[in-house]
Amino acid sequence: MRKILHILVHPSYEKSRANRVLMDHLPTSSYLTSRDLYELYPTFAIDHKQEQEQLLDCDVLMIQHPLYWYSSPPLFKQWMDSVLEHGWAYGEGGTALQGKTWVQVLTTGGDQKAYSEEGFHKHLLSDFLLPFQRTAELCHMQYLSPFVLQGTFKRNDLQLEEEGKRFTNFVECLLSEEKHG
Amino acid sequence: MGEANFFIQALVYLTAAIVMVPIAHKLGLGSVLGYLLAGIGIGPAVLGLVGAEGQSLMHFAEFGVVMMLFVIGLELELNLLWKLKVWLLGLGGLQVVLTSILFAVLAFLFRIEMKPALAIGMILSLSSTAIVLQTLKEKGLMKSLSGQASFSVLLFQDMAVIPMLAIFPLLTTASITNESDHHSSFIQQYPAYIQTLIVLSAIIAIIILGKFVLSPLFRVFASTGLREVFTGASLLLVIGISLLMGAIGLSAALGTFLAGVVLASSEFRHELESDIEPFKGLLLGLFFLSVGASMNVNIVFQNPIKMALIVCLIVFGKALVLFLLGIVFKLPLDQNLYFALGLSQVGEFSFVLFSFSEQNGILAHDLVSLLVAAVALSMALTPIFLLLYEKGVKRYLDDNASQKKESDKIENEENPIIIAGFGKFGNMIGRFLRVNGIQITVLDYDADRVAMLRRFDFKVYFGDATRSELLLGAGAEKAKLIIAALDSMEKQKELIQVVKHHFPHLKILARAGDREEAYDLKALGADLVYRETRETAIELGIDALRNLGFRNYQARRAAFTFLKHDTDSFEELYKHRNDRKTYISLAKQRNAELERLMRVDIGESEEGSDIGWSRMER
Repeated sequence: MRKILHILVHPSYEKSRANRVLMDHLPTSSYLTSRDLYELYPTFAIDHKQEQEQLLDCDVLMIQHPLYWYSSPPLFKQWMDSVLEHGWAYGEGGTALQGKTWVQVLTTGGDQKAYSEEGFHKHLLSDFLLPFQRTAELCHMQYLSPFVLQGTFKRNDLQLEEEGKRFTNFVECLLSEEKHG
Repeated sequence: MGEANFFIQALVYLTAAIVMVPIAHKLGLGSVLGYLLAGIGIGPAVLGLVGAEGQSLMHFAEFGVVMMLFVIGLELELNLLWKLKVWLLGLGGLQVVLTSILFAVLAFLFRIEMKPALAIGMILSLSSTAIVLQTLKEKGLMKSLSGQASFSVLLFQDMAVIPMLAIFPLLTTASITNESDHHSSFIQQYPAYIQTLIVLSAIIAIIILGKFVLSPLFRVFASTGLREVFTGASLLLVIGISLLMGAIGLSAALGTFLAGVVLASSEFRHELESDIEPFKGLLLGLFFLSVGASMNVNIVFQNPIKMALIVCLIVFGKALVLFLLGIVFKLPLDQNLYFALGLSQVGEFSFVLFSFSEQNGILAHDLVSLLVAAVALSMALTPIFLLLYEKGVKRYLDDNASQKKESDKIENEENPIIIAGFGKFGNMIGRFLRVNGIQITVLDYDADRVAMLRRFDFKVYFGDATRSELLLGAGAEKAKLIIAALDSMEKQKELIQVVKHHFPHLKILARAGDREEAYDLKALGADLVYRETRETAIELGIDALRNLGFRNYQARRAAFTFLKHDTDSFEELYKHRNDRKTYISLAKQRNAELERLMRVDIGESEEGSDIGWSRMER
């Protein structure tokens, strides 16, 4: 079993149907810790020591957030800036996160078609996620392609429920994988 | 004497009281003087609405005094007595003894017999707890040296009344004993040693009863949950003890005082106090009214020079004794002057003792009238003295740098921030600034607090921050900011005025209580004004929202919006604070606006802000 640290980053979670469904389908397990960043740090004053301890304790870092302006909500950027310190996560002697897994759980309003070269956004979703991928790599982490729930604007309750089940599966798979050597 | 008559009397007394007492209070004369003036007004001297029955009413109203002693007993805290023991016994004891001797000798010189002279001496040694404590509280001086000294002396005087009441019957001049025969009690038929035994056992009985019977009994009454039962029981207790003490020839006041002291340690202390308080207040008011009504006012006008002389003698005699004692007890000059002038009047208790001694044939009616008038005048002089002191003498002392012994010597501080007042509020600011490496100079007027803070290595100086001299020493010329965090609003205003006048370059950050106070301080020239409970209240509000299921971030944002709006509307409403009508309508308008703003922020429409995206991406 692997330990997952799940981080929810959503400034208006109470208004988001899709994210609520995902949260509701998060399996309960003693191997899974879930933290709500906007609940913990409403004033953006992040306790980086505590966050680092949490990171050290997990094998998989799972960040759930909506895509805002092709990126995460600002609190997660703030989190990266203050938690992923030089000499700890990257740079000389920065090996604290070596071998851990980075995976994002994304919700986007637009559907898959919108995120294509012919679509509205003119690029693939993975293009927009490049900064995150590089961050994980610089921290010696293994970058997994994200779990995405797209087209949230037009999904009905039944479809969202289906997506929820898919999410449960996804997390359970991650949990049950063996640790790499 | 029908029922109608009773109600008419009540009407006259109550009307007089509610007219005169607020007026006297507004003039800073205190409510006691208000009652007296009201009494004089309805008495034979002016309107003549009440006549001889005033005298009999006085006997009834004297019960208020008994209740007052019960409450004093209840309020006695042994810890406090112990803490103040040196000043209480030393300063207070010496004051009562020396002043009594002084006036007894003076009275003797005016050819009054020895026993009455002694009675006069003792009566005049008392000062007015009501007037002095109220003034001290209003000026925020309770914790200053003069405040503590005054409090100790007053406390001792309150307690000294008990033995005085016990001694007074012994001062009766032989010729009048027959008249007071009906006062005598059944134990007088016994020989002296049995009398003493009975008295002692009565006192012990009260103590034992109070300790072991009354508390459980009151617990039972309290458990009924019927408030009036408890009130009734409290009244019954006081009346019962009075009757018992009357029966054995002791003073009812002494008995109830004892009962009060015994019950002070029970859990019903505050309940009993609040039950008796209104009765006490009303009856005492009635008592002072009847003193006024039965006063022979003509005496004052018949010989105004004699009257003025007596008043001067009393006031300056008292002040002199107090001042000398102040020197002995090392009060600094300005504190000592305030202390001496503040306690220079004769207290309300003198009325009780005067009427007591008149009944017991110790003092003649005319003499009592004369002295009661003198006492009333001495009370009226106190606020005038204190005003003169503050405007004149204190200014002079302040400007006279060589004489500022009372405050600490400050060696040319050059810290950028001065904090005036280091109570709960200032303390918090001080700690915050200090951990951020900012050097601060603190001024405070509470000697205990200063000593304590010094142990924590704060640079704290004792002194009145409203004195420009002290501010100068604290480095006001070189400082950048002054934080006004004094406890009393009056002092805050004074401080801002002084700073604006002497150190106009200093930026003033001031603590205020409510909105009105904030407006006042801003109008006086404070640069930034803070309502002290505003942020705490909102912090609590945030937690209340979160307990109802709001997310932390959302609750914080709501608080932020609210505070921002509140700050903006404060500035706007400030401009209209003197125009009540515009103010209220504007305040309402701003409030409605805020509610609308909040609803939008909470987001009545789901995913409202994403609508633009969803349209484009389609």
